Amino acid sequence: MPELRIENLTKRFKNETVLDGVSFTVAEGETTILFGPSGAGKTVLLRCIAGAVDPEEGRITIGGNDISDVPPEHRGIGMAFQNFALFPHMTAFDNIASPLTARRWSREKIQEGVEQVAKLLKIGHVLSHPPRALSNGQKQRTALARALAASPEILLLDDPLRNVDAKLRFEMRLELPRLLADQGATVIYVTQDYKEAMALGDRIAVLSGGRIAQIGTPEDIYRRPASVEIARHFGDPTINLLDVVPEKDGGGVFTRLSDQRVPLDSGLEAAVGRDCVLGLRPEALRFSDSPDGIPVEIEAETPFNEKTVTLVVTARKREILISRPAGTAAPGSGTARIEVDATDALLFDRATQERIAPQHRGGGKSEAAA
Amino acid sequence: MDHMSPVEKGLRGIALSAVVLFFMFPIFWIVLMSLQTNETILRSPPSMVFEPTFRNYIAIVTGKLDSNVASMDITFMRNLWNSILLSAGSVAVALLLGVPAAYAFARHKFRGSEEVAFTLLSFRFAPPLLVLLPLSLYFQQIGLANTYIGLIWVYQLICLPLILWIVRGYFEDISPDLEHAYRIAGHSWLSTFRRIALPLAGPGIAAAGLLAFIFAWNNFIFALVLASADKQPVTVGALAFVTASGIQYGQIAAAIVLSIAPTLALALYAQRYLVEGLSLGAVKG
Repeated sequence: MPELRIENLTKRFKNETVLDGVSFTVAEGETTILFGPSGAGKTVLLRCIAGAVDPEEGRITIGGNDISDVPPEHRGIGMAFQNFALFPHMTAFDNIASPLTARRWSREKIQEGVEQVAKLLKIGHVLSHPPRALSNGQKQRTALARALAASPEILLLDDPLRNVDAKLRFEMRLELPRLLADQGATVIYVTQDYKEAMALGDRIAVLSGGRIAQIGTPEDIYRRPASVEIARHFGDPTINLLDVVPEKDGGGVFTRLSDQRVPLDSGLEAAVGRDCVLGLRPEALRFSDSPDGIPVEIEAETPFNEKTVTLVVTARKREILISRPAGTAAPGSGTARIEVDATDALLFDRATQERIAPQHRGGGKSEAAA
Repeated sequence: MDHMSPVEKGLRGIALSAVVLFFMFPIFWIVLMSLQTNETILRSPPSMVFEPTFRNYIAIVTGKLDSNVASMDITFMRNLWNSILLSAGSVAVALLLGVPAAYAFARHKFRGSEEVAFTLLSFRFAPPLLVLLPLSLYFQQIGLANTYIGLIWVYQLICLPLILWIVRGYFEDISPDLEHAYRIAGHSWLSTFRRIALPLAGPGIAAAGLLAFIFAWNNFIFALVLASADKQPVTVGALAFVTASGIQYGQIAAAIVLSIAPTLALALYAQRYLVEGLSLGAVKG
């Protein structure tokens, strides 16, 4: 399975630049998630790779071969579309068989190939139906089966779970990693759902405004987001963002919330005195009995199945969300104190909105955002 | 619609019947006329009671027109054949040229594509007489006057814009993703056009072809000017019934019934294509 490399890809529609010098590499057999809000250029990028859209600049190579001048039918790519794009005048069988007929397989081999992939995706019983007789879930599986049928080396999945219901999405999120691993293909998977991105990706490339804002492992993106925007996209409930100005004294770098010290990583010395944004994950906060805790007023509590989210306000009316596993005890109302885990606190520059990475003497920039 | 009171239903029925009656009455009346002699047609007041006769049809089919003064030959069956040949030929040529062109206009926005498409449509705006005079001169010079090929060529002015603009809309309604998906699956451009675009635009192509056929069939002025008697279609041929000894209403009626029969049959047959929806539920939103 080859490596997919995208170099300096630029695409404009009229005067609008949709992709602006996008470069990244997907290692062979790896699944890279292309994550970003709508309009970020994810689908256009995928179409450039598939050959449905021609980029203005840049190169795409598969296994070292430039495919810029290769027509879509010779790129050896499998693609599943967000809108399924099933051929309405063909049965599910013929839809799935279309990559195989293109490769001029014999009738028996096609039959065998389609049945195999249909069994894998549990749609063997609806192969004779036209797309209009399929449920959304079956359509989605048929589209996926069509993309997988010819065992392509490169697989492009454009938000395949977008148009299916929540239950099926959850099931597929569990199934897909195994399915993709079995295929061994080099995969680019587009999604707007951070949970999907975290669950399926070896790596995540965050696309924003036509540029790659950050690329890294799911852990990287979550723990060390490159910007406020990325931090906001990953995590549910959303990260708490509070305007602060870090200070320093004999005890190290810290900032104040409601006049209580919140210790920060010692490597953040460079940020002292600058206007910053403090990012606190709701799950990095907890209620505390310690007198050092930040005093807050409890506003509302929302129980979910697996966690409980509490909205609290500080003395300066700043709202903070706190998430804790369901069933753990916590004050239900009135005043309380909360504690921050310093290692989980993120600091961003308020002007550039970029993360300020802690600088440690020994390690240097070892964990600077990619 | 689901919650109509009996009164509403009744009113709706009456309104629909009135419309149908209004539009169907001329056809009904002409069928009656075709079964009468000139005498019963012209009596006053008109009556629906008469002895039906097939003399008009027999006269037309055998080509012998007997009026009370003289007997003359008419070539109506020949005209009918000309109509079929000219209309079918023009529609076939227009489909061959227009469908790929419509696809190009729908899928590829090249420089000036809108202008070219509009120019083609504008042929329908110009009064036919405007182009006929120069055309007939040219045609005489290059030997196309009074030929089927020349007429079919000129009929493209009627058929081609119609097919181009209707079919273009149908192609535009097909999600480009379907074609991308088929190509990415490994099929060539041509096979994608044949296996995806053409079948999905099928109802539209059938509808456009049918409309073009009817327009071509009903054309009068092109053939009147550019063709002589042996190449003329029914619309021009019907003039032969206006004879020196009077107008043969019965035969005209029979001729009209015969000449609308093919288009009527075609329309009824193609109805399912016209009604059949294009969206078959494969693409959401």
